[in-house]
Amino acid sequence: MFPASFGYVAARSVDEALELLAKHGEDGKILAGGHSLIPAMKLRLSSPRTLIDLGTVPGLQGVKIDGGNLVIGALTVHADIASSDLVRKHVPGLADAASVIGDMQVRNRGTIGGSVAHADPGADFPVILTALNASCVVQSAAGNRTIAVDDFFTDFFSTAMNPNEILTEIRLPLPAPSTGTAYAKFPHPASGYVVVSAGALIVRQASGSCATARIAMGGLGSTPIRATGTEQELQGKALTSQNIAAAAAKAAEGTDPVEDSYAGAEYKQHVATVYARKAIEAAVQRAATN
Amino acid sequence: MAAEAEYPAVPVKVTVNGVKHDARVEPRTLLVYFLREHLNLTGTHVGCDTSQCGACTVHMNGRAVKSCTILAVQANGADVTTIEGLAKDGTLHPVQEGFHEMHGLQCGYCTPGMIMTGVHLLETNPNPNDDEIKHALEGNLCRCTGYVNIIESIKWAAAKMKREG
Repeated sequence: MFPASFGYVAARSVDEALELLAKHGEDGKILAGGHSLIPAMKLRLSSPRTLIDLGTVPGLQGVKIDGGNLVIGALTVHADIASSDLVRKHVPGLADAASVIGDMQVRNRGTIGGSVAHADPGADFPVILTALNASCVVQSAAGNRTIAVDDFFTDFFSTAMNPNEILTEIRLPLPAPSTGTAYAKFPHPASGYVVVSAGALIVRQASGSCATARIAMGGLGSTPIRATGTEQELQGKALTSQNIAAAAAKAAEGTDPVEDSYAGAEYKQHVATVYARKAIEAAVQRAATN
Repeated sequence: MAAEAEYPAVPVKVTVNGVKHDARVEPRTLLVYFLREHLNLTGTHVGCDTSQCGACTVHMNGRAVKSCTILAVQANGADVTTIEGLAKDGTLHPVQEGFHEMHGLQCGYCTPGMIMTGVHLLETNPNPNDDEIKHALEGNLCRCTGYVNIIESIKWAAAKMKREG
């Protein structure tokens, strides 16, 4: 299979990529690692006339600490996030997610920025980044703006980014002490995409009760969905198995999952309660030793 | 064709198995077809052509990647190793030898990709357990149902590389 013919330009800077994007308008498409875009182009689901390659722009890769944030360059590949000492120390839930995307070869090429900008409802990063309260930094000719993750994903394959903007980095507030993060995924056995997944961030009080919970669910709608019923149920409660199970039972409340040939809506909602519990249990364990 | 003239060929400088190539390719050329049809390195296979099966796995800048899902232009400036580049001076790489010793193949179609993935695994984790090998091989499909011996082949190679340093 071959993509439809297109022109190719290797950008040397984000500014140059923005100029090219302005010049080509709707015919131009940004290429990062290409592991969502190239398959879509081979299937002719997408036929941009010009690809603007960000892979040739220096400085968009890597994980660093900047003030109170962990900052991940948009072109950082999944494998480097999964193995990053900074990620594993501060937000191991993000490493959980990065290490179960696709397969080893895909993790060696696919980028976090590409995955987030593509906004596939079966992707892993949008879910865990929602639990981690991430921000997405996007650049345009007018400068940078930061979009909170809760506002970023708007629908299937749709984001709050404008067509003249490029995602350049993901920022995560460094968790306070006694915080645990985790990600649990029920993958489709053939495709590896999310059937249902759960991301959890738990801040534990010295007493052993829950100070804060952010729980995000994947596979239950067109975007990641915050399990607000679960979060409220955990708030202030002792983090016992019983309380966690009771809270996780509310993980799919108010959702309307899309049925497919593999899983019906009711089944997905049930699996969601199981994976919410797994993610919360793992986050609580990490919070206890952090 | 007029439609194609609209999109000019672009230069690609790439080192494959230690040999420098200076080529011009149509932008939509996938790396696997560049290797097979421009450089005649047909050891890298096209299986599913949808980034599932891993038959097209090569190393790009030291990492196992699926060459059916990379444009040749994205390999500009890169160092690529294919199955043809693994043996040195007529001596098989230990992973190649392991597949031979442990009967790690039946039809052989998936084998180049399996071996390239196995080599990358052992470069990053020289002593993997069965679960780590299975996790690393998730992106390589064998339709002869030969996974048991593939895992044994990689373990054989790991033991040999450890023995011989």
